[in-house]
Amino acid sequence: MDSAIILEKGIFIVIIFAITMLMAMYSTLAERKVAAWLQDRIGPNRAGKGGLLQPLADGLKLFSKEEFLPDTPNKFLFVVGPAISMSVALMTSAVIPWGDKLHLFGRDIILQATDIDVALLYVFGVLSVGVYGIMIGGWASNNKFSLMSAMRAASQMISYEVAMGLAIIALIMMTGTLSLREISAQQSGMNWNIFYQPVGFVIFLICSFAETNRTPFDLAECEAELIGGYHTEYSSMRMGFYLFAEYASMFISSTILAVLYLGAYNYPGMSWAVENWGVNIANVIGIFVLFAKICFFIFFFMWVRWTIPRFRYDQLMRLGWQMLIPLAIANIVVTGIVILLFDN
Amino acid sequence: MSIETISLSGRKKEVSNKKMTFWESLYLVAIVKGLFITIKHLFTRKVTIKYPEQVRTRSDVYRGQHMLMRDDEGRERCTACGLCALSCPAEAITMKAEERKPEEKHLYREEKYASIYEINMLRCIFCGLCEEACPKEAIYLTKSKVLVPSNYDREEFIFGKDKLVMPLEAAIANGKLKNAN
Repeated sequence: MDSAIILEKGIFIVIIFAITMLMAMYSTLAERKVAAWLQDRIGPNRAGKGGLLQPLADGLKLFSKEEFLPDTPNKFLFVVGPAISMSVALMTSAVIPWGDKLHLFGRDIILQATDIDVALLYVFGVLSVGVYGIMIGGWASNNKFSLMSAMRAASQMISYEVAMGLAIIALIMMTGTLSLREISAQQSGMNWNIFYQPVGFVIFLICSFAETNRTPFDLAECEAELIGGYHTEYSSMRMGFYLFAEYASMFISSTILAVLYLGAYNYPGMSWAVENWGVNIANVIGIFVLFAKICFFIFFFMWVRWTIPRFRYDQLMRLGWQMLIPLAIANIVVTGIVILLFDN
Repeated sequence: MSIETISLSGRKKEVSNKKMTFWESLYLVAIVKGLFITIKHLFTRKVTIKYPEQVRTRSDVYRGQHMLMRDDEGRERCTACGLCALSCPAEAITMKAEERKPEEKHLYREEKYASIYEINMLRCIFCGLCEEACPKEAIYLTKSKVLVPSNYDREEFIFGKDKLVMPLEAAIANGKLKNAN
């Protein structure tokens, strides 16, 4: 391995990190704006033009707050909780293919931090570690509401991960690979997986909501019952980390949805663009297309949040175990039959 | 017709406890319907009034900041009879009367005038009873859109004559307008 590759990957990782942070930052503003618009309001519009500096103001405010540490025996875990949430939310972006490749300085630059062949498993592994951030934080808070919230989050994640995994199995049966790079490459043109796996897509979408703790599955932090849920005892930037991690994982979930089902960076006429305009331009457009898809999903997350109320706990469990899992299994069976009948 | 089925508003809906079917219990159809309702609101006109820049239009009978009027020659109308203070349900008005001196004839219309006239804006409820009670048409609640400014000091909320009396120029302008007609 030459040093150029290390430099290239290093720069790329820094860029991805910056973009993820930026997206998470502006998701907080977008959330407030979308919430306002859907409720016929205007939303924050004082800080900067149209409220563009609002995330910075929020961050500054959080930094300047008192850092409160509750009287808990688990001070170490209390500090570790938000750190886990944050780092897990940022780790997933390593295997996402942001584009095909660029041709710069006489070498092909692959637009992916690392192309491991079990990328999908990696994503799932990292995502399911995310619940530890909430669990540890809630447990170490030494507060019954936080603990209840942590328990809810854990059981919710476990329940929905099953359905999510089953939905993915149907997809893997179709694509025959776990590498996100190959999965995106297979969806060139309009060959998007959503057209072949609509049921799987819906199941995966619903489970994404549960995995990111977003409404209607935000039982972990339902203000009405649990004060603030697992971050009740947190203040200052530790609390900021939890809130930030939620938006970062929303960004990552949107990315995974876009990559797996909505054709990643592919857009109709990409091969034509590669021939006529060159690799670089075609792929830069591809990156923007991917971000457009991601932004759509982020908007969708918010749109749903301001549309439907939170599920009751038993409804959540029934939906997960009695509806989504049977549906996902049926989806696998149907996919298998179709592959058997038509692929030979 | 039994009493349970009568609907005066025509919007009464029967509540049923029937078991949901599998598709209903997935909530998908209902959620999609809800999504369409909310997305419609994305494009409706926003109701927010950006306050310091835009000011809400007020009703014709809006009762705002008080004003102690002058007559067309610029003399204060108030004669310090105290009826406004008496009628005030919030006891916001206080005044001190004084006799007019001969050289002050151009300043005050009546022989007695209010040397101190104060309205406590923290007490005032803007009911307009002072306006109704006044026999000299001296106090009015204007349509002024300027609200009582916030302050840390309670003393600042007691408005004296310096803030309440109509500006002289406005009185003269009023007089000219009347003469022109």
